[in-house]
Amino acid sequence: MKFLCLDCDEQMQFAERQVPGDGTFAAAFRCPGCGRSVALLANPMETQLVGSLGVKIGGRTLDAPPLEMVRSAIQGRDDAFVDEDRAPRSVWSGAAEERLSRVPTFVRGMVKRIYADYAAQHGIAEITPEVMDRARGDLGLEGM
Amino acid sequence: MTFRTYRQVGGPDGSGIAEQVGAQRARVDRQLRAVRRIVAVMSGKGGVGKSFVTAALARLGAGRWPGRVGVLDADLRSPTVARLLEATGPLRVVDAGVHPATGTAGVRVISTEFLLESGRPLVWREPDAEQFVWRGALETAVLREFLGDVLWGDLELLLVDLPPGADGVADLRDLVPQLTGVLAVTIPTDEARQSVARALHAAAAAGIRMLGVIENMVGYRCSDCGHLGPLFPGSAGSELAAELGIPLVARIPFLATPDALALDDAETSRVFEAIG
Repeated sequence: MKFLCLDCDEQMQFAERQVPGDGTFAAAFRCPGCGRSVALLANPMETQLVGSLGVKIGGRTLDAPPLEMVRSAIQGRDDAFVDEDRAPRSVWSGAAEERLSRVPTFVRGMVKRIYADYAAQHGIAEITPEVMDRARGDLGLEGM
Repeated sequence: MTFRTYRQVGGPDGSGIAEQVGAQRARVDRQLRAVRRIVAVMSGKGGVGKSFVTAALARLGAGRWPGRVGVLDADLRSPTVARLLEATGPLRVVDAGVHPATGTAGVRVISTEFLLESGRPLVWREPDAEQFVWRGALETAVLREFLGDVLWGDLELLLVDLPPGADGVADLRDLVPQLTGVLAVTIPTDEARQSVARALHAAAAAGIRMLGVIENMVGYRCSDCGHLGPLFPGSAGSELAAELGIPLVARIPFLATPDALALDDAETSRVFEAIG
């Protein structure tokens, strides 16, 4: 998608992405001519549609890990995979799981993945509400 | 009000979606670079023994190319080929990808069988409502990852066991433009013939090369005298071959296990001629 500033006839530039944690998605774009900003606010259905393609709006900074969709989208056995090169997966504290349970179910997996990736990248063994708050701050997420 | 439209605005797409989809395609292409033949095994209907034939062909292929045959089970909702090839998980994940499981005769296998609890259906974590909207995209994404994230390595033959129906082969062709072609499996009945014909015509319309027909369950062989008695009425295999101008590659009697497949020399030769 592209955003066009009609006053300047300039293409607006991608500025920022936000995943509020309620199943929606937001992306801000800024006009390089006049500086005006607009935000794309996607509803949960639109957000899910993009997620089903295995892509992230605004692009990726890291390659997707192997079988990312398979592992996140299919309810399966806990022992289906053995991660040999990767750090062990973090566990979720009860309080963190309770907080996660308040996220709408159809995007819960996506939100859970964001926190799990954050924990893996930072070598965090247990995901707690405090870790979720820290991730929210570090990743610029709102309302999670 | 007049303003420029998408193609008239020349700058890059801010979503990055096109680039990511391109990267996904490149990943599939890279992973399959050392795979010489990719053959889809399809049927228009279920219950004709497609997965059984896939497993038997894999064993046959492994006899010619030891350790260099793979099977991708694209029947995500009803996976059986891994069990037929006695391949089990867990799957080993490294940064570069996922190692396929190894089954009978060294056949490399990937399947949702390794993910699902025994006897449990394929269930998506999300969404919990209106899954019909997303299911096609999710299934294609899984197929893409099975192609592009599995460390297939150097293979002479990768068999793709498609789910029943006509759509799967077109999706596969979209993901794998270098698809060698399709082998169709039928049983002798007229009902199967009509169903498989529809699937084959759909494949032909998509420009996919049809390699041949395998007629399964052509009879039941007596364990005492070896006589091949009738099992189903009809001759769908030869009729499909004539209708579509493709070879009838093999006629297989009802077998208890894939390792019982005993093609004669002519049939074996036709199988390898068909897959190239």
